[in-house]
Amino acid sequence: MPFPATKSADDITTVTVEGQLIVANRQDLKQVVQDALDGGARKLLLDFTPTAYIDSSGLGALVSINKKVREVGGSLRLAGLNEDLRSLFELTKLDSLFAISETAAEALAGF
Amino acid sequence: MGFAVPSRSDQPERPARFQLIVPTDLGQVGAAVDAVLESCTACSEVSGAMRFRLCTVVAEAVANAIAYGNRNDPSRHVMIEVDCRPDEVLIGVTDQGDGFDPAAVPDPLGPECQDATCGRGLFMIRHLTSQVVFNARGNTIWMTLPRR
Repeated sequence: MPFPATKSADDITTVTVEGQLIVANRQDLKQVVQDALDGGARKLLLDFTPTAYIDSSGLGALVSINKKVREVGGSLRLAGLNEDLRSLFELTKLDSLFAISETAAEALAGF
Repeated sequence: MGFAVPSRSDQPERPARFQLIVPTDLGQVGAAVDAVLESCTACSEVSGAMRFRLCTVVAEAVANAIAYGNRNDPSRHVMIEVDCRPDEVLIGVTDQGDGFDPAAVPDPLGPECQDATCGRGLFMIRHLTSQVVFNARGNTIWMTLPRR
């Protein structure tokens, strides 16, 4: 399972993006997030610490997830982006769309 | 790995060239990226930054070739050509579609595009490579990645 999800004591659901987020598995991530929202989760953290690369479909999936979380009044944070991934978000100007924290620990503290 | 590898022409000295045939199946994109990375690594060291750029642009180009070029037609395939040179790697991706006009692809950075869930692929390729060239038909993209 490339997108394991865990829930903390303060009701923050962390989904870890392992390997890559691309056209082949973006629906899996969207489903994991949807399942969390259906289960009542409203604080979501996507942790990219172990992520190697993301294609434009993966970025599109994140935009879609962000919309869904906002629609239910939830909060989404991204964390653990390495230098290359951070540059990709800046390049596509998506860094201004998302709440991005340096580390998962910082993101958890930010909810 | 479900790919046919029609040729591999190792030279006594670098460069080396490889070809990979990828079925029209979006589920194969990750494996195609792994195969290209493996081929490049066999030729020469691939730095961390180059690995990221290579994986991203190959995933992007192959997905575009499958979805937009071949229109997900399983009777078609995508060919990847890799030319490992001492200072750069050239990667060509060819689909069996009618081609497209890359100049007609809109800029994805407008404010109205920020919430778009697609349309950033070619833009990303252009910024992660040193050169992008299309054939006249528009069904082959050649991407140059410097090794630095």
